[in-house]
Amino acid sequence: MKSLAELAAIRDKMKNSVAMRDGASGIRVVVGMATCGIAAGARPVLNTLVEEVAKENLSDKVTVTQTGCIGICQYEPVVEVYEEGKDKVTYVKMDVDKAKEVVEQHLKGGKVVAKYTIGK
Amino acid sequence: MKELSLNILDIAENSLKAGATKVEILLTEENNTLTIEIIDNGCGMSKKTLENVINPFYTTRTTRKVGLGIPFFKEAAEQTGGSFEITSVESSVDSKKCGTKVKTLFYTDSIDFTPIGDIVSTITTLIHGSPDVDFVFKHKKENGEVSLDTREIKAVLGDDIPLNSIEVIEFIKNSLNAEYNSL
Repeated sequence: MKSLAELAAIRDKMKNSVAMRDGASGIRVVVGMATCGIAAGARPVLNTLVEEVAKENLSDKVTVTQTGCIGICQYEPVVEVYEEGKDKVTYVKMDVDKAKEVVEQHLKGGKVVAKYTIGK
Repeated sequence: MKELSLNILDIAENSLKAGATKVEILLTEENNTLTIEIIDNGCGMSKKTLENVINPFYTTRTTRKVGLGIPFFKEAAEQTGGSFEITSVESSVDSKKCGTKVKTLFYTDSIDFTPIGDIVSTITTLIHGSPDVDFVFKHKKENGEVSLDTREIKAVLGDDIPLNSIEVIEFIKNSLNAEYNSL
């Protein structure tokens, strides 16, 4: 591992913003990362969600996490969105472009992208 | 799986599920072979479970009845003429030495060799999902070595900044990619 000095600079820059993030609640985005999800392409979907959430400055209200098999392997990659006081939204057969759309319209805009969802 | 790095991600997820606090991912390329080792200090498996893990119709999960992770990885190695080994010490047998080790050998000149793919993405995905676990990654190639130890990163970050903050994940991704490019 090189460039640990660079890491120290990142740390110092972040120290101020972390306190703010601790109070983060709100939206939780969960990506299925078991064999079924991984084989279907969950890794780039997860990474896109993480990057786009940061890019859109949504980190204060959105957390992206991973889970195991959700139980609907044929619909992987599956992304679930949990928001307090609202029904869970399940996005299926996701890919990088769909993930970007979900960040833009749902996580940022508050509008569920119904065409990628399943059931309720 | 289209890339071996996806198999590695999948197998390492088993280590995390087994409660490992340290996971080592070691890739060694030599002549026309690639050895991949995934070593954890999780709860290990009983002899009976160990015999069963290569059976695709065995799984510990309850959400479905098949467990393809290990059979996929084994197949990927064996189709190149290589081999697959799994050893495990259960925590009830020895709580200090417990854990599981998966070791696979690939012949890289085989037409059926699956490319390693985006291994950096696999490492950052694991760190993102389990920031409290220590990950050691070493990829030895003929012309040099790329390595990472999250304990070193944690030592710099201190307790205030989580390892899975986007800034840190980006840093890890960029510095690993830079190390690969400098080989």
